[in-house]
Amino acid sequence: MATLQKIFTRLKSWEGFLLSILVVIVIINSTQSPAYLSLNNQINLFVLSIEKIILALVMTFIIINAEIDLSVASVMGLAACLIAVLYDSGVPMGWAILIALLAGAACGLFNGLWVAKAKLSSLVVTLSMMIAYRGVARILVEDRSIGDFPEWFDALGQKPFLGPLPLSMIIFFVLLVIAIIILQYSAFGRRVFVIGNSSDVARYSGVKVASVKLTLYIASGVIAALAGILFAARLGAVRGDMALGFELDVITMVLLGGVSIFGGSGSLFGVLISIMIILNLRNGMALSNLSGHMQTGVIGILLILSVLVPNLVNQMRAYLKRRQIVAAKAK
Amino acid sequence: MKNLMRRFAPDQIRELVLLVLIAVILLFFNSQIENYFNARFFNRVSASVSIVGVLAIAQTLVFLTRNYDLSIGSIVGFTAFFVGQYLVAHNDMHPVLVVLMAIGMGALMGSVNGLFVAYGRIPSIIVTLGTLALYRTILVEFSNAQTILTAKLPDWIVDMPRLNIFSVGDLDFRFMVGVMLLVVIVFQLVFRYLPYGRRLYAIGSNPDAARMAGFPAQRIVFTAYILCGALSGLAGFMFLSRFGNVTVVAGQGLEISSIAAVVVGGVSNNGGSGSAIGALMGAIIIDLIENSLIRWPVISEFWRDSILGILILLAVASDTLVMSRLRNMWARSELQLTAVHAEKQDK
Repeated sequence: MATLQKIFTRLKSWEGFLLSILVVIVIINSTQSPAYLSLNNQINLFVLSIEKIILALVMTFIIINAEIDLSVASVMGLAACLIAVLYDSGVPMGWAILIALLAGAACGLFNGLWVAKAKLSSLVVTLSMMIAYRGVARILVEDRSIGDFPEWFDALGQKPFLGPLPLSMIIFFVLLVIAIIILQYSAFGRRVFVIGNSSDVARYSGVKVASVKLTLYIASGVIAALAGILFAARLGAVRGDMALGFELDVITMVLLGGVSIFGGSGSLFGVLISIMIILNLRNGMALSNLSGHMQTGVIGILLILSVLVPNLVNQMRAYLKRRQIVAAKAK
Repeated sequence: MKNLMRRFAPDQIRELVLLVLIAVILLFFNSQIENYFNARFFNRVSASVSIVGVLAIAQTLVFLTRNYDLSIGSIVGFTAFFVGQYLVAHNDMHPVLVVLMAIGMGALMGSVNGLFVAYGRIPSIIVTLGTLALYRTILVEFSNAQTILTAKLPDWIVDMPRLNIFSVGDLDFRFMVGVMLLVVIVFQLVFRYLPYGRRLYAIGSNPDAARMAGFPAQRIVFTAYILCGALSGLAGFMFLSRFGNVTVVAGQGLEISSIAAVVVGGVSNNGGSGSAIGALMGAIIIDLIENSLIRWPVISEFWRDSILGILILLAVASDTLVMSRLRNMWARSELQLTAVHAEKQDK
């Protein structure tokens, strides 16, 4: 009985709610198509959005920190274009990857300086840099499409690396474990939460707010560059407009996972479930032949609902509590 | 000095700086590009500014209340496409009804945004990111992959972009520019003199204080979104008239242009400051740079986005760093003046 109650309270939390939605989606999908539950399809649905879900990990940190980074998709495009152009002009692939990662770090540092040191609104800073980094990517490749990477590089993105798993998926799971340890079990993670709750309180308690924010933005830049390189390897060719608009999906994944847009609360567990929901939902929609645009629309609705529903539930709770108090006083 | 300070407010200085900036841009490119400022260039910039200018006012409305509207581009595309589709089917529809239809369509979409932001208490960036995708999806799904063609539209709407009000030399002031200027002037007056306009600033400067002072903050934000949507609908109509051929991707990216325009024009994203004229000048500056860079032989056209992004960032940075200092200076001198005044009265 007690365990039943425990399960019930777990279900009432946001993560529990997400989990039950996930179960429903999985059941519906598996009745729609017999291919859905096969191992190949399950790996495939991960691989198709692997870059976005890697970005969602670091975006979780940034949103919990009460900031936002809209420039990730542009940094992805920039890194991908950079390795293509460097390799095209004779730089060895290994060096090209390293330079692209450093460029990602530089982009993150630039964002971070404006946000953390100059204290500008992160939304405006990353919005304008979203345009600017995309512009740099366009300057690099103009309107060409660059391909012909070395075979080992393409294989990294397209062929299984360890058993049936491709490299990008292994990278994702390693990063997930690292992210969970840092966010949930380290001092740095606690600082991220404190700053997200109240930047002033954090400063008065001696937390170095600026350096935490700077670290997060640099990490975001590096991870975005990594995602861009993986994307280039998976597609085998690079264009100036690659990964355009990915930030919408990434932010949706994070917010649906129960991370508050105002900062200060959220968990990677929730984000992981929301990633699974979105991936399975998209896969299910694709299996039932809905167009890509329709899928984007559904994700858009999901984004709004993911904030609206908890808001309404909270208002409802507050209302019920007030009525209880009034009723108690009347007695 | 004191007298000068009393005569000019910091925001007016900002508008003056923007005006100087426009002149500097014109002079710079004039020295770089042969035959730079001609009638064709003026027409191209003014046609493009008349759409972006209206959108900049729309964005200003919600910007003043500390909100954003990222769905503007989708609203423009949506109204341009569906009004166009309706016009193709009903060629004899009265022009006034067509404009009203576009405005109404936009207002409806704006009210959806406003409902979620004001009454659902969802951050505007989330709502409008969602509706950005949503409106575009509806457009793509219900368009049956068609394109609106100029040839099938009635003549009056196709001819409208070339409709002239008056000419100075060979510079033509077109009807669309007049519409845009009318919108700017009306909203400049609304922002400055009407209680509704002042309340937008109050909510933007301090939402909590505005609520405690008894402003119907939710209703004001809601109506700001409706007006924003209505203006976007109007811009959608202008878009249809200017381009004639409208596809399902019409208007994509206009939300970025409008935000760039208002930010460069000095409308603060912390809310509470900025003007319609500033937003218009922001739109002019951005369009001028975009259209001039294309003709500048020194760099390729692919540099445009990078320069634009950096420019927006610098505009915001200067706003935060310089303008806040200027405003403090003004506030202090104002305090001194009132103190002197009070002393005199005591004697």
